[in-house]
Parts: sequence; structure tokens; C-alpha cells
Amino acid sequence: MSARARLVLGLGSLAGLGALLVWAVGGLPDFGHPRGPYADLAPRIMLDERHVANAVTGITFDLRGFDTLGEELILFVAALGAAVLLRAQRTEGEIEEAAAYEERRGPGTADALRALGAVLVGPTLLLGIYVVVHGALTPGGGFQGGVLLAGALLLVYAAGQVAAVERVRPASLVEVADAVGAAAYTLVALAGLVFGVAVMDNVLPYGTTGSLLSGGTVPVLSVAVGVEVTAGVTLILSEFVDQMLLRSRRGD
Amino acid sequence: MTALQTVCLLAVAVAGTATVLTREPLRQAVASGSLGLALSVLFLAFGAPDVALSQIVVAGVAVPVMVLLALAKIRTVDRAAAREDADER
Repeated sequence: MSARARLVLGLGSLAGLGALLVWAVGGLPDFGHPRGPYADLAPRIMLDERHVANAVTGITFDLRGFDTLGEELILFVAALGAAVLLRAQRTEGEIEEAAAYEERRGPGTADALRALGAVLVGPTLLLGIYVVVHGALTPGGGFQGGVLLAGALLLVYAAGQVAAVERVRPASLVEVADAVGAAAYTLVALAGLVFGVAVMDNVLPYGTTGSLLSGGTVPVLSVAVGVEVTAGVTLILSEFVDQMLLRSRRGD
Repeated sequence: MTALQTVCLLAVAVAGTATVLTREPLRQAVASGSLGLALSVLFLAFGAPDVALSQIVVAGVAVPVMVLLALAKIRTVDRAAAREDADER
């Protein structure tokens, strides 16, 4: 196919796609006026019956908690898969050797970047913990807070502290935390079956709206997901970092 | 639609176009990160702070880091291959 024919075909397809998009967006309900009763009912159920101030987290961990169980296990399996695939390529002790070598060689990053990374670690950790435990009250929850916490560890790496990273995230601890988070969510889901009427039934007392422990199982599940996501994302990222260390060691 | 929402939509359009038009992978990782941040401000302007937070952590932290680490790995592999080629000659 000539370049001209490709151009005509590409532009024609783009124009068609654009027309379809405009048509589809034109048919959307007005902003703030969704069709169907769910959008009005769900926040009311969360606030009146479950005492959860942040309806979005409430829906994620209560009304649609079963979906979240699946999503959490997806991340667990993804982290497991990345670790298994990357670890199959190296032998015992190789990582420690590569990290020690990297440490001897000294940081390759600028002083300003290292200082900024070191300064940001503490606030990022605090913000992550805040977002995880306040999931039922303010925007956020286990997932967002978990990625923030894993990001704090990444800042330690960005600050050029490879050996420090190896120390603060003992692989076994990260793996155990990953499994504990995933297991805790599953156990809370099963607790609904044992103490309530169905899986994911909210069996804990709902508490006072606006207090830290309001919403029954919602804050518990938020923390469980927070632990699992922190460990899962840390595991995936650190496997990548390990791989990079190994490559730079072998490359020299 | 408020002026803020219009500005956010335009910023997303500009950042998205910039990401597509950037050819070099390293620059593209940064461009797609800025697209993610523009999207998160857009979600905030449309009253979805939870989605905005997810967007910030995924597009601003997780995706660029994974892309950069993958690029770093590819480059060391390329360098090693180039050295082997030189050795054979």
C-alpha cells in the first residue's frame, strides 16, 4: 500500500472515530444527572445504613466488595508472577553482591536529587498511612495509600541508597506482608459467611459516622488492601530494580 | 461546564497529543506522566477526588517508574549486545 493510500485510510478512519465519539458524548446524560436510581441510592445506603462518610470507598469495600476481592487477588498474582519470572534468571547471593558493588561504586545521582528524595521519604510515608486509614472518611483508601507507601520506598532508591533499600525491604518481610494482606481480605469476606448471611456481609458494628472506625468492615478492608498493595507494588518494583542492578554489575 | 473544567479538558488534549507525537521512549515516559497528572486534575475538577487520587498514584508514580526501569534494562541489554558484537570482530 502506498504512503498516500495509507494516509487517506488513516485520516478517514480517524474522522469516522471522531464522528462516533461526538455522537456518543452527545448522548450522555447531563453532568450531575445520571440515569437510573443507583447513583442516588448507593451514597445514601453508605451514609445512612453503613455510617461511611466517603461513599466511594464504602461502595468499593462494601456494596461492591466482592469485585474488590477479585481485583486484590489479581494484584497478588501479578506480583507473584513477576517475582517468579525474574528470580528464575539469577542465583542465590547474586543480588547482595550486586548491591554491595553498587554501594562501593558510590551514588551516580546528583546531590540535590538525593537530598530531595531523602527529605520527601518521611512526608510520603505519613501521607500514605493517612490515606490508607482514612479511607472511610476522606477520598482515598487502601489502594491509593498503598501505592504512595511503595512510592516512599522508591524515593529511598532515588536518593541513591541501594544498600539501604536492600535493608529496609527484606524480601521475606515484603512477601509475608503481601500474603497477609491478601489473606486478611479473604478472611474478612469469609467472616461475613460465618457470622452474617453471605460472603462480604458487613458484620462489624458500624460506629459513629465520621469517626476513624466507622463503617464496620470498610476501614478493616481498606487497611488490608493497603498492606497488600504496598507489599505487592514494592515487590514488583524491587524485582525490577534488582534486575537493573544485576545488569549493571554484569555489564561492567 | 465551568472555565476550570474547560481548561482541564484542553490541557488533557494537549498532553495527550504531546505524548503521541513524542517519539523517544524516555521523553515519552515523562510526557505520559504529565498526561496522567492533567487527567487527575480533570477528575478533580469534575468532582471525583477518589478517581483523581488513583490517577495520580498510577499515572504519576507507578507507570513512569515501570517504563523507566524497563528502558534501563533494555539499554543495558543493548550495550552488552553491542560489546559482544565488537568482541567478535
